[in-house]
Amino acid sequence: MANFLNALPGAVSQGLIWGIMAIGVYITYKILDIADLTVDGSFCTGGAVFVMLFGSGVNLWVAMLVAFLAGMLAGLVTGLLHTACGIPAILAGILTQLGLYSINLAIMDMRASQSIAVTDNGVLNRLLVSLRFLNTEKFPFYRHPIFVVGVFTAAIIAILYWFFGRELGAALRATGSNQNMARAQGINTNVTKVLGLMLSNGLVALAGALLSQYSGGNEINVGRGAIVIGLAAVIIGEVLLDKVFRNFALKLLSVSIGAILYYIVIQAVLQMGLNPNYLKLLTAVVVGLFLSIPYWKGKYFRGYKKMRTVGINMVKIDGETGGDDRA
Amino acid sequence: MLEIKNIWKTFNAGTVNEKTALRGVDLTLDDGDFVTVIGGNGAGKSTLLNAVSGVWPVDRGTISIGGVDVTKLPEHKRAKYIGRVFQDPMMGTAATMQIEENLALAARRGQRRGLRPGITKAEREEYREQLKMLDLGLEDRLTSKVGLLSGGQRQALTLLMAALRKPQLLLLDEHTAALDPKTAAKVLDATERIVQKDHLTTLMITHNMRDAIAHGNRLIMMYDGRIVVDVSGEEKEKLTVEQLLAMFNQASGSDEADDKLLLG
Ligand SMILES: Nc1ncnc2c1ncn2[C@@H]1O[C@H](COP(=O)(O)OP(=O)(O)OP(=O)(O)O)[C@@H](O)[C@H]1O
Ligand SMILES: [Mg+2]
Repeated sequence: MANFLNALPGAVSQGLIWGIMAIGVYITYKILDIADLTVDGSFCTGGAVFVMLFGSGVNLWVAMLVAFLAGMLAGLVTGLLHTACGIPAILAGILTQLGLYSINLAIMDMRASQSIAVTDNGVLNRLLVSLRFLNTEKFPFYRHPIFVVGVFTAAIIAILYWFFGRELGAALRATGSNQNMARAQGINTNVTKVLGLMLSNGLVALAGALLSQYSGGNEINVGRGAIVIGLAAVIIGEVLLDKVFRNFALKLLSVSIGAILYYIVIQAVLQMGLNPNYLKLLTAVVVGLFLSIPYWKGKYFRGYKKMRTVGINMVKIDGETGGDDRA
Repeated sequence: MLEIKNIWKTFNAGTVNEKTALRGVDLTLDDGDFVTVIGGNGAGKSTLLNAVSGVWPVDRGTISIGGVDVTKLPEHKRAKYIGRVFQDPMMGTAATMQIEENLALAARRGQRRGLRPGITKAEREEYREQLKMLDLGLEDRLTSKVGLLSGGQRQALTLLMAALRKPQLLLLDEHTAALDPKTAAKVLDATERIVQKDHLTTLMITHNMRDAIAHGNRLIMMYDGRIVVDVSGEEKEKLTVEQLLAMFNQASGSDEADDKLLLG
C-alpha cells in the first residue's frame, strides 16, 4: 500500500500527459466520429521531434511547437488520404501510422531510442516536466509534474472550448454529427475533417513531446497502442462522468480524468504483481468490453424503435416499394 | 430563378444495376413559383432535387440558379442558394447539437466560417422569435439537443433553418411523409406560411395528391425520369384528384385505378 501511494503522483502525472493525447483522440473519435489510428505513430513523432530539437539546443517552447506542427502534418496526410483519395479513414490512419514508423526512426537518427541528458542539471532545469520533479524535497511545488501538466491541460481545454464555440469549431462538430446536414448548410466537410485530424494529431504529438521530457527520452515504440489508451480514457470519463459533466469543457476534463484513472488502475495492478507484459492485453479486453456495452444495450432495450421513423402515412401512387433514394 | 436544361443522370453505369433516373429534364421556375412535384416510386423526383442540390454531378445538361450556372459547383457551394428539407427527419439537423446551434449553422450558410462566435446574443433573440412562429413550443427550448425532439419538431426546425436566410430556392422532398397526419398538417401549414411570407421559389415533392393540388401555383408530374405533366395557373386551381389520376394513368400507360390514392 505504501508503495502504491508512493507511486501515485507518478501515475497521476503520466495520466495527465496521456490525457492530453486522449483529448486529441476525443476530437476525432467523439466529435468527428472518425476512428483515427494515426495517433499510434504521431505520438512518437512528437517525442522524436522534441528530443532531437531540444537536444541540439533549440528553445523548449520552439521544440514543443515544432512537435505540435509535426503532429498536424501527420494528421494532414491522413486527412488527405481519406478525403482527397477516398481511402476509408481507418485505413488512411493505418497507412500514415506505418509510414511514420520509418519517419520517426529517421528523425531519431536511425536509432530506436534517444535520451535527454537529464543528469546535467542545466539541461534538467530547462525542461518543463520531468519525473525528477516529483521529488518534493528537492523541487518546489510549481515544478511538480501534476501542477505543470495540470495547468497545461487546463490551458488546452480552455483553448479548445473557445475554438469549438467559434463558427469553424461549430462546423467541425456539425460534420461529425451529421455530414449530410453539414453539407446542406454549406460546410465543406472534407476541409473540416482534415482540420479535425490535424488538430487532433497536433495535440497527440504535443503529449508525446511532454512524455519524452517526463521520462527523459523517446523510444520508437512509445506510441504503440496509444489509440486504445485514448479510447480507454474517453470511455472511462464518459461512463463515470457523462451524467454530471454536461458542459463541453467539462467533457474534455472528464477525458483527462479518465486517463488519470486508467494510469492509477494500471499502477495498482502492477503493484499487485501482474507481469507488465499483460498490460496491453488487459487494456484491450477492458476497452473492448466498454465499447460493446452501448451496442448490447441498444440491441436489447431499444431494438425496434428506429423502424418507426419512416414510412407511416405515405400515400403511394403505385403499389411497389421503390428504391431507397438516400444513398 | 431556376433553369434546368436537358439534364441526364444514370446510376451505376455499365453494371447490372444501371439505372437511368433522369432522361432529359427541362424545367424553368420563375421568381416566387411554388411548384408541387408528384410521381410514382422511382420516377426520379428525389433524383431531380439531388441534381439541383449537387449531391453528385449530372451526366449532361446545365442547371442555373438566379442566373448563375451551378452545374459544376460542389454541394456545399450550392448551399448558398438553396434551402433543403428531406424526407427523413434525422437527415436535416445535427442531433447532438442544440436547437440554437443548428439555427446558427444555417444562418451562416454560404458565408466563410472563421473564428467569429458560433452564435451571438442578438441571434438568440431572433431565433426565439422565429421559433414562436412555428407554434411548437420550441422557443423555450433553445438550448435543448435536437436529438430530443420529435420527428415533426425536427422537420419544422429543418424547414425554419432552410428558410432562415431567404434562399433563392427551397427544395422539399416529401418532408411530411414520415409524420403522423396531424403533425404533417402542422408542418405543411408552416411551410405555406414561410413560403408566402418571403415569396420563396419552391419545389415540393409529395405523395399526397390533395396536398399537391392544394398548395403552390404549379404542379408537375414525373414518370420514368421525365416530366410528363405540367399544369399551372387557373388550370391547376381547378384540378381534381380524379383528373390527376387519369393523367397519371395516361402517362404510365396503365389503367388500373389505385384505390389507395383516393384515400390521400
Ligand atoms: N444514389 C443512387 N444510386 C443508385 N440508384 C439510385 C440513386 N438514387 C436514386 N436511384 C435510383 O433512381 C431511380 C429514381 O429514384 P428517385 O429516388 O429519384 O425516385 P423518387 O421519384 O424520389 O421515388 P420515391 O417516391 O420512392 O421517393 C430509382 O430507380 C432509384 O433506385
Ligand atoms: Mg424520393
